[in-house]
Amino acid sequence: MSVSPTELAEFEVQADRWFAENKPEKPGFILPETFMEVGTDEQFKFLRAWQNKVYENGYVGLSWPKEFGGGGLPQVYQDIATKAMATHRVPFLLNTIGLNWAGPLILSMSSSEDKKKYIPSILSAEEIWCQGFSEPDHGSDLGNAQCKGRKDGDDYVINGSKIWTSLGMYAKHMILLVRTSTEAESKYSGLSFFLAPMKTDGIEVQPIRKLTGEYGFCQTFFNDARIPASCMMGKEGDGWRVAMATLMFERSAEGGQAGGLSMMDLSIDDVIELAKRAMRNGKPAIEDPFIRTELVKLIVEAKGNVYMADKAEIPALEGEWPGAVTMSIKLRATEFKRRMCQFAISLQGANASRYIDDRAVDEGMWQRSYLNAFSGTIGGGTTQIQHNIIGERILGLPKD
Amino acid sequence: MTAIEFSDEQSMILETAVNFFREKFPVNEIHERNENLDGSTDLFWAGAKELGWTGIVIPENYGGLSLSLSEVVPIVEMMGRHLIGSPFIPTTLAVTAIVSAGSEEQKARWLPSVAEGGIASVGLTEEDGSWNLSDVKTNGEVRDGELILKGKKCFVLDAKRADFIVVSAIIDHVVSLIIVTREQLNKCIIRSEVVIDETRQSFSIEFNDLKIPLTQILDKPDLNDLENAALLLISAEISGGLSGVLRVILSYLTTRKQFGKYIGSYQSLKHPAVQILLSLEATRSHLYHAAACLSGGDKIKTEVAARSAKAYGSDAFAFAGDRAIQFHGGFGFTYECDAQLFLRRALWCQYQFGDAAYHHSYLAPLLLD
Ligand SMILES: Cc1cc2nc3c(=O)[nH]c(=O)nc-3n(C[C@H](O)[C@H](O)[C@H](O)COP(=O)(O)OP(=O)(O)OC[C@H]3O[C@@H](n4cnc5c(N)ncnc54)[C@H](O)[C@@H]3O)c2cc1C
Repeated sequence: MSVSPTELAEFEVQADRWFAENKPEKPGFILPETFMEVGTDEQFKFLRAWQNKVYENGYVGLSWPKEFGGGGLPQVYQDIATKAMATHRVPFLLNTIGLNWAGPLILSMSSSEDKKKYIPSILSAEEIWCQGFSEPDHGSDLGNAQCKGRKDGDDYVINGSKIWTSLGMYAKHMILLVRTSTEAESKYSGLSFFLAPMKTDGIEVQPIRKLTGEYGFCQTFFNDARIPASCMMGKEGDGWRVAMATLMFERSAEGGQAGGLSMMDLSIDDVIELAKRAMRNGKPAIEDPFIRTELVKLIVEAKGNVYMADKAEIPALEGEWPGAVTMSIKLRATEFKRRMCQFAISLQGANASRYIDDRAVDEGMWQRSYLNAFSGTIGGGTTQIQHNIIGERILGLPKD
Repeated sequence: MTAIEFSDEQSMILETAVNFFREKFPVNEIHERNENLDGSTDLFWAGAKELGWTGIVIPENYGGLSLSLSEVVPIVEMMGRHLIGSPFIPTTLAVTAIVSAGSEEQKARWLPSVAEGGIASVGLTEEDGSWNLSDVKTNGEVRDGELILKGKKCFVLDAKRADFIVVSAIIDHVVSLIIVTREQLNKCIIRSEVVIDETRQSFSIEFNDLKIPLTQILDKPDLNDLENAALLLISAEISGGLSGVLRVILSYLTTRKQFGKYIGSYQSLKHPAVQILLSLEATRSHLYHAAACLSGGDKIKTEVAARSAKAYGSDAFAFAGDRAIQFHGGFGFTYECDAQLFLRRALWCQYQFGDAAYHHSYLAPLLLD
């Protein structure tokens, strides 16, 4: 489909205006930074209503097919809408796992019937999704997952547990990785993948408190929980392949996501702005020569990341290591955020020792963001694992 | 002369402290202690009193042991190792201020009660969070034979329990140190502060024309002395904290398996663990060197050593705390995991009394020019 520049420009203006006019007031409670920190009912209700409103007004799922509730438009429309969300600093879209991982997976693999069943309610946030991959004993080594599924008539009977399930308390569906055979050729080929209904007898969730002191993820227990065989994605034994496809969406190495803001967008510009306000030794931090040097280093790094995204679009500049840029998006973004927040704290002088409270700089947002930044460097494959993957797949280094 | 003079007293106190904390404050009960900070402080204080720790730096004629801050260092180190957040550091700083700046009458009036187990604190930091102890806005005006104190102090530890607090204020354009008694504190607005290290009980205090007898102004205030003392004690806490967090890391690296191997076998975890070990050794060396300098009495040497210990240790501890979270994977992201306790402590230590960059800026002329 060709895109008319005038139509695009009009859409840009329209999106900009809509988000400017509809940006919700600050609620009387602290909002989470990402879908991984939704810990209270009021946070949940607020964010769900927001996504619903964004969807009803046509600003999410723009590139998804019309017949399943999407906009049927080229990707660039969604990119414009997402950018407007960031510009106006509106809340993020709650159903991230549905919009950006499970949704594209279903669109790329499932039957038309399943697409009708799942996709519209992902977009409207009526039905929330969570991810059941990690287990207490198997996180990085996901391929060794031991939560068991035994075929019994038209069902699989699931036993075991999943952990660190973000949104587990609120989700209606889970993308679930289960071991359906212990006699398979390799650990990987014994796995199967389900779109599992959470409201099932034998599934229980238990909230876990996070390092920030807040809640937001949980352990999910399966006790003879019967999941219909029809919920399986792909065939028995396809689980690893499907899980890897999901992770490619999750790490943004593959396109097709519904888009929209998926986290509170803190950028280096916010840190520059903070440096002008925050006091270090009786002076604005930005006047401190050490701070200036460090800040400039971070700005240069941030710019490098922006330019890299553009460079990746130019095949002639791919160079000797194709994929290095796309495969490292998650790694670079999450590690940068961790160090950026660390630095932002250092701008605050002795007040850096405060925590979430109205007497802290920006109500303690930077301290909380620093602690929360580990969700990025640990969740979705740790920094260490990302280095291994890039070392092995891109540089061709031997496995350890 | 060696860089580190380790006295027999220090050695004895270190051994006593190691055993005391191991027995009374086991590391596996940190979370329970945090649930009941007052109870934990009571327990610590009773033990400290019995062992004579509350009087270490107090001269003998005022009921103390006439030892020096060097002998306090091993105790604070072990407190750091076990994540104790008691009023011991603030009390010691208040005592140090009086010992070095008080008149005989002032010493006789305030020191014996601390030697007997009283609690004290210091109020040196203000709302703008400046680390420069001469950046003081709190003001004292002498009127009708009384001092009228006006201003606000922040990060005053254990203010609710303290019998008195040593506060900095400008009197006649000079930074002075003033003792504020419990009775006088009760006329101030004291608010508890939310701080990142949950083992701390921190308060802000507002003085609204508080009347104080002139006899409570310390005679010869020396802010450099006080800063060096603070840097030494925080560095001790950092050194202990580093060894504590290294233990937390090691116990996970040697028990957690992924891909059929202990995660400690992966070099991306093993090598940083060694880096943390070596940074602990360096921090501890700086610390005991600074302690020796302080006892030696050379002001410049002491300043260089104290700032170096704090600068080096701050960064090392912050790095170790950060890595502790990362190396625990999902478990590291939980409140239950000890890693967060150490990271929060590290952030507290890093940003009280100046971070590394701040001290480097003072060290540069001392070391280069
Ligand atoms: C906030 C948050 C939200 C999450 N949400 C979800 C969710 O919704 N659903 C879900 O399924 N999971 C979720 N996770 C789990 C996440 O995917 C796992 O925590 C992650 O994959 C790491 O696994 P683990 O916790 O078992 O750590 P481990 O695998 O035990 O890792 C411990 C440490 O060892 C290192 N390590 C392990 N193997 C190697 C190796 N081969 N080489 C070098 N270093 C290695 C790791 O990098 C880490 O530092 C979430 C995690 C977090 C923190």
